[in-house]
Amino acid sequence: MRLIGDQVKKVAKLANLPLSEEEIVKSSEQLSKILDYVDQLSNVDIKNIEPIFNVVGSSNVMSDDTPRVSLSQDEALKNASQKKNGFFITKGVFEE
Amino acid sequence: MSKYEPVMGLEVHVELNTKSKMFCRCSADYFGEKPNTHTCPVCLGLPGALPYINEKAIEGCMKIGLALGCKVAEVSRFERKNYFYPDLAKGYQISQYRWPLCVRGEMEVVGLEGKRRIRINRAHQEEDTGKLSHIGGVTLIDFNRSGVPLVEIVTEPDFTDTAQVRDYAKKLQQLFRYLGVSNADMERGDMRLEANISVRPVGQKELPPYRVELKNINSFRFMVAAIEYEIKRQIEALERGEKLTQETRGWNEEKKETYLQRSKEEAHDYRYFPEPDLPELRISESEIQRIRESAPELPWKKETRFMSEYGLSESNAKILSESKEMAEFFESSVEDGRKLGVGPRQIANYIINQKPDISVKVAEKIKVMDVGVIGDIGELGRIAEEVISENPDLVESYKKGKVTVIQALVGAAMRKTGGKVDAGKVREILEGKLG
Ligand SMILES: [Zn+2]
Repeated sequence: MRLIGDQVKKVAKLANLPLSEEEIVKSSEQLSKILDYVDQLSNVDIKNIEPIFNVVGSSNVMSDDTPRVSLSQDEALKNASQKKNGFFITKGVFEE
Repeated sequence: MSKYEPVMGLEVHVELNTKSKMFCRCSADYFGEKPNTHTCPVCLGLPGALPYINEKAIEGCMKIGLALGCKVAEVSRFERKNYFYPDLAKGYQISQYRWPLCVRGEMEVVGLEGKRRIRINRAHQEEDTGKLSHIGGVTLIDFNRSGVPLVEIVTEPDFTDTAQVRDYAKKLQQLFRYLGVSNADMERGDMRLEANISVRPVGQKELPPYRVELKNINSFRFMVAAIEYEIKRQIEALERGEKLTQETRGWNEEKKETYLQRSKEEAHDYRYFPEPDLPELRISESEIQRIRESAPELPWKKETRFMSEYGLSESNAKILSESKEMAEFFESSVEDGRKLGVGPRQIANYIINQKPDISVKVAEKIKVMDVGVIGDIGELGRIAEEVISENPDLVESYKKGKVTVIQALVGAAMRKTGGKVDAGKVREILEGKLG
């Protein structure tokens, strides 16, 4: 399976990754190889096999509605590259 | 008469009022709290954090679905809806897509041309995003709201006028409050409306090949204004021979017009896939039955019952079933009234006109107002004597042991005085004289 530049650009955009032209070429190669590898699964006969959505295989595991202690504001913001007055800061996006 | 008719569907998001969040147990009570004080690795989207389902939220979603006549799906699953936006901590929202919790319901609404059934496509469970504020060229993020349970209710494109849309949205809000699953406050953002609008030539059966999504509108009034503007804009465009395309638009209240937010070229590609970190849901029949049985009488059912049972007018029945508290107040007053000889319609009128506090004993109030005139024992005694002499048959059956006819004698005293006697006292006096 061969990924072309436009497809890689689209995937990169969806993944919010800025790629240079050089990286796009390189990613096309690598992603195509990954797809080929995964494509081996197409050879398996799965006619009578139910899809598995969850490897644990359990259902209805839920917990009750009792709040627990959250992180402190300082802890929550610890890894933020920019913060101010208790908020995370990111470069401006217009409200949709 | 226009050659075009609107085709409209509604998507309503409602934030559930659970104590904790959807997939972690941070407090969901975020309103007015300091920013980023209700977060944990799950709702901050930190690597390796694992979500777990809040059962109260699932119950809330089912309450809504069942009240809308939906079927609870035998199996339902969560999926990841992938997109990048700063309010979304994980880079995806946990939502439901192919396996929603509640499917295929309906609601009756009233529009310009009377009643119409609106089909509900689904009511599914998802999570809210963080809150952004845009100040001085930067964006501030508060993740306290991130992960608060959200239910999305999607209709089929069945609305044909804005009166129906308004009625539907109002009824949903009323329903959320009756069920006690949300405060459904529009201004606070508990409840949010999105409309899909397109128009087609009258008589055409197929759906139009495009639709315009109206988003982020936080009042019923603005929604109606935006839809009306949009219908007009689209009809005018078609009449000019333009081709309309898929797009998202917002409402500018100052200019009273809709504006383009996102066109088809920028349309999202969400790449939904099943959430591997959460188990699927298989809700048992007994659980569904339990929720069904615990549901309150729905407002529109109450309204018709108030009309048939108490002889109220439609408008009065509507007012008195507006909220569950109001309906309970009315009915407990009717119950009091029964003992005091004050009728439901009198009580309805009093509540609607006087707007008493919910602690007021309405039936007694009315009685004092009406009856206060004849409280005198001597006067009541004379009235009792008259009633006894005028109703020999009743008196005879009373004496033979049919004590229930006392009600009829009390009724006679009420009629005689235009309701201006204290039923309890008259009854006592009558019993004394006959006993
Ligand atoms: Zn959390």
